[in-house]
Amino acid sequence: MTKPSQQSLLDEIQETTGLNAAHCYQCGKCSAGCPMALEMELRTHEIIRFLQLDLREKLLTNESLWMCLTCETCTTRCPNEFDPAAVIDALRGIALKEHLDRVPRKILAFHSAFLDQIRTHGRIFEFGLIASYKLRSGALFADVATAPGMLVRGKLALAPRRIEGIDEVRRIFDKCVAGEERQ
Amino acid sequence: MKIGYYPGCSLHATAREYEESLKAIVSILDIELEEVRDWACCGATSAHATNRFLSVALPARTLMLAERQKLNRILAPCAACYNRLASAHHAISRDKKIAARVQSILGSDFDNSVGIVSIAELLSEVTATIRQKAKAPLTGLKVACYYGCLLVRPPDVCGFDDAEAPNSLESIVSAAGATPVKWSMALECCGGGFSLSRTGSVVRLGRLILQSAIDAGAQAIVVACPMCHSNLDFRQNAMNERGGIEKRMPIMFLSELVGLSLGLSPARLGLDRHFVNPSPLLEQIGAAKTAQTRGENA
Amino acid sequence: MSRIGVFICHCGENIGRTVDCARVAQSLGELPGVVHAIDYKYMCSDPGQALIKQAIQEKHLDGVVVGACSPHMHEKTFRKAAAAAGMNPFLCEMANLREHCSWIHEDRENATDKAIGLGRFIVEKIKYNHPLSPIFIPVERRALVIGAGIAGIQAALDIADGGCDVVLVEKEPSIGGHMSQLSETFPTLDCSQCILTPRMVEIAQHPRIKLLTYSEVESVEGYIGNFQVKIRKKARSIDDTLCNGCGECQKNCPNSKIPSEFDQGLGKRTAIYVPFPQAVPNIPVIDRANCALFKGRAKGVKKVVCGKCADVCGRKAINYDQQDSFVTENVGAIIVATGYQLYSVGKKQDSELLCGYGEYGYGDIPDVIDGLQFERLASASGPTGGKILRPSDHKEPKTVVFLQCIGSRDPAKGIEYCSKICCMYVAKHAMLYHHKVHGGKAVVFYMDIRAGGKGYDEFVRRAIEENHALYLRGRVSRMYRNGDTIRVHGFDTLSGEPMVIDADMVVLATAMRPQPGIASLAQKLSVSYDQHGFINEAHPKLRPVETNTAGVFVAGACQAPRDIPDSVAMASAAASKVLGLFSKELLEREPLIAHVDTATCAGCFHCERVCPYGAIVRKEIKDGRGRFIKIAAEVNPGVCQGCGTCQATCPSKSVELEGFTDEQIYAAVNAL
Repeated sequence: MTKPSQQSLLDEIQETTGLNAAHCYQCGKCSAGCPMALEMELRTHEIIRFLQLDLREKLLTNESLWMCLTCETCTTRCPNEFDPAAVIDALRGIALKEHLDRVPRKILAFHSAFLDQIRTHGRIFEFGLIASYKLRSGALFADVATAPGMLVRGKLALAPRRIEGIDEVRRIFDKCVAGEERQ
Repeated sequence: MKIGYYPGCSLHATAREYEESLKAIVSILDIELEEVRDWACCGATSAHATNRFLSVALPARTLMLAERQKLNRILAPCAACYNRLASAHHAISRDKKIAARVQSILGSDFDNSVGIVSIAELLSEVTATIRQKAKAPLTGLKVACYYGCLLVRPPDVCGFDDAEAPNSLESIVSAAGATPVKWSMALECCGGGFSLSRTGSVVRLGRLILQSAIDAGAQAIVVACPMCHSNLDFRQNAMNERGGIEKRMPIMFLSELVGLSLGLSPARLGLDRHFVNPSPLLEQIGAAKTAQTRGENA
Repeated sequence: MSRIGVFICHCGENIGRTVDCARVAQSLGELPGVVHAIDYKYMCSDPGQALIKQAIQEKHLDGVVVGACSPHMHEKTFRKAAAAAGMNPFLCEMANLREHCSWIHEDRENATDKAIGLGRFIVEKIKYNHPLSPIFIPVERRALVIGAGIAGIQAALDIADGGCDVVLVEKEPSIGGHMSQLSETFPTLDCSQCILTPRMVEIAQHPRIKLLTYSEVESVEGYIGNFQVKIRKKARSIDDTLCNGCGECQKNCPNSKIPSEFDQGLGKRTAIYVPFPQAVPNIPVIDRANCALFKGRAKGVKKVVCGKCADVCGRKAINYDQQDSFVTENVGAIIVATGYQLYSVGKKQDSELLCGYGEYGYGDIPDVIDGLQFERLASASGPTGGKILRPSDHKEPKTVVFLQCIGSRDPAKGIEYCSKICCMYVAKHAMLYHHKVHGGKAVVFYMDIRAGGKGYDEFVRRAIEENHALYLRGRVSRMYRNGDTIRVHGFDTLSGEPMVIDADMVVLATAMRPQPGIASLAQKLSVSYDQHGFINEAHPKLRPVETNTAGVFVAGACQAPRDIPDSVAMASAAASKVLGLFSKELLEREPLIAHVDTATCAGCFHCERVCPYGAIVRKEIKDGRGRFIKIAAEVNPGVCQGCGTCQATCPSKSVELEGFTDEQIYAAVNAL
């Protein structure tokens, strides 16, 4: 459920990232260079426009937020030195809190599986990552054919190794995601 | 020279050959790598796409460990790890709020004094040595240098090489005797972390990169990122089947290419771990033969 | 004892609402030396002024204090009134009871007390005032115009037609500026050279205009009405008294492969050249950097490597040994009209503030050109005879993409301002392209359309509605060579669709910047300029053609981006200011300037070091018999601006500002 908020989304983003969306003059250069533009319903500059117009619900529930690859092309080329990539990351953080159910399943599954690996081992144990991802995403059979290829080339470790300072890592996780729902 | 070393998760698994080839060449180039002890994952995309503080705190722990080890620079061969470490360093030095939060999360002070270099930056410093020690220069080999997104962008975080017209990889490739080709997709995204969750996007984007390299007359693409390597190598089958790409284009890690020019054998460099077999190409350039006749450099 | 009159103004409600003016007048009236004190509704009105005049005459006042608004507003008014009544105007001063009191306070009691204090301040000061006479300096009624583009040409003609002499200096071999390079001008599509060349000829033939081309300002000394300007006449290597412009030298020059500056690198010229056929003056110049003879000399080669031009010159006008020469001109006013250059998208920039466009290939992609280059293609006298042919292979481009706002409105590249003219000339280019290339497709990427002039918006609509230019709203992310074409990755935000266009040619509308070397010229003239080099006007709203340096005016694109009609208007405005300045033989200046007591001056010259205007000169002091005693400081009354820095610096208190002596200031301060 969306929490009623006095603060506009634009102000919230400015507080957390220091970036003022009023700087964007909607030139479209970001969208013109975005590798995922063809697959996004809301293109980069439109995401910023929705932010400027405080269309909170429409924006945070839109799948397009999760299409961003953070390739930094937009940020590098923006004439006003604005940072759309950082803003999209910040919007994703808010979307996870307020509209978890609208995050695309496979993408959420991947991020959850990935972060879970770090919390468990400190490093990514790929076999575990893939297994966890498949369970979460339901994509049980995709890429199964490539597994033997990976094993033969020594690219899949079969047993995880945990780092010594795993408690430090877990403490970092606890402090960073304190008060938020664990996936 | 001695430099700190942060392999990152993939160099021990899906990109094993990257570490193998890197370790093989550094001794020849008089570079000593000191691995950061007990390093953890940098968080990659999943951290920064979900939680900003996590995405800064995880790499900050690594920087703190490196500082304790008295390292003043660390090499992160994976472009994504490099970018995450450099971004964390940049955020902490620029934003007091983040710096304070990170200090409290880590629970101990650190100076944020460790510099982070990519493999492009490091090898750029030793091109003269590469040229000098190239026993088997890759003369005539046409290579497309693929930077991907995170090696040079955004410019204020990376601060090395021109973000729109970089040439560090070209200078290293030239030092190895090969011929870098002029092509237009050097900085276009390969699809990054969508390999599993949106494979279609990776195939679409990879197709454009491969086709451009083929059109430019390249015989191989050189990369400096395990993600890019995986997307272009591991997923090349899909590009052949679904994407209409006819040729098989070997994807080489920069350290593999340099290693070949230094006379090391393909096996030593881990080239047999690739999905797109570089052997036909290597036979063409006689690398295998050269390594055989000249013996390996231990 | 003084006989001071105090006049407190209510200024309607402005002062009267907050300050009890009657009480102020009454209180000040009780001060020793004050013999008359009244309050009135509007002192600046005619009846108000009449009160002052009447009091001066009836009460034989020797000082007038008007407690009212700011001296900025009405000091002149009240001084004139005092003078009309026979009192020296510098015995009249104002106390600011409005901006300094009633407008910033609310409490009536305290505000009134403060007003009394402010009045007392001036009353005590004025007791130490003495009569001053205005200073008259002679005016040299000749003007210098720097830059002979359309603005400089207009200014020179207006001043010359107004009856005063003009020295017109131009650094290029010919006058005409960028306007001579244009094909047609918006919004009329007049042929640019056709409307310009008559003016150029007028300049050449005008009896009052001294034209110095291929020349630059070397140094400037002096002050308003009396400038001495040293001008360097660069060596053309041709005796301009002998040359008759026959052109034989150019026809015979063996080196004809030099990229032509006039054609923006798209055409070629010879080493001895005239930039374009209608050049004024029609006298060539030898480009010594590219001339074989001079290159040989530079290498130390003994024999004469080439002498073709001298051989064929029927008038023996070629002089390979000619050197730069200098002339000094005395002028009373200077107009800066140096125009603009275009921003370059290249990697190397001449300013630290600027970056190039790596995403557009840093200008290295073939067939990506800028606006002036397109003008040369379109121009009938250009390298392609007016046909639109692309530079790489001279084929006619069937798809041309125009990009607006290149550099402009792009803080990431270092230019935050809008260059004003690009929306109009891109529409013009699209129209010309449509006329010349049948079936050609013009695509324009824009962010906004700025077409605010007369007939301007209609012009852009014509390009879209009648000339079928496709306008896409969005900036282009990147372009690169893709085989025979240039692939342009843009966006149209109005439809929300990415736009990838394969163009045969791309034209970049690059930003307008001031000419190189503007900073050094501005420093010679002591005029200020902004971080981009644009000359600063004295006041952006009300004094657009003056600078903060008296006697130096500005016109045209060197002050800010502007088009031809605005440049012409501004040039005429600057000319009118100059003619106004020249309308009197003598220039009257306020005498509130510094004065040195040579008796006590020790000649340390700290004042000279700190004077921002260079107004201190060194003077030999001699005794009655003409024997040298010492060197003392003296203030040049024409230059001193009355800032008082010398007074604050002088260790022996020998220099003081009239109207602000230490005596006056201490008296005023002690009165508070």
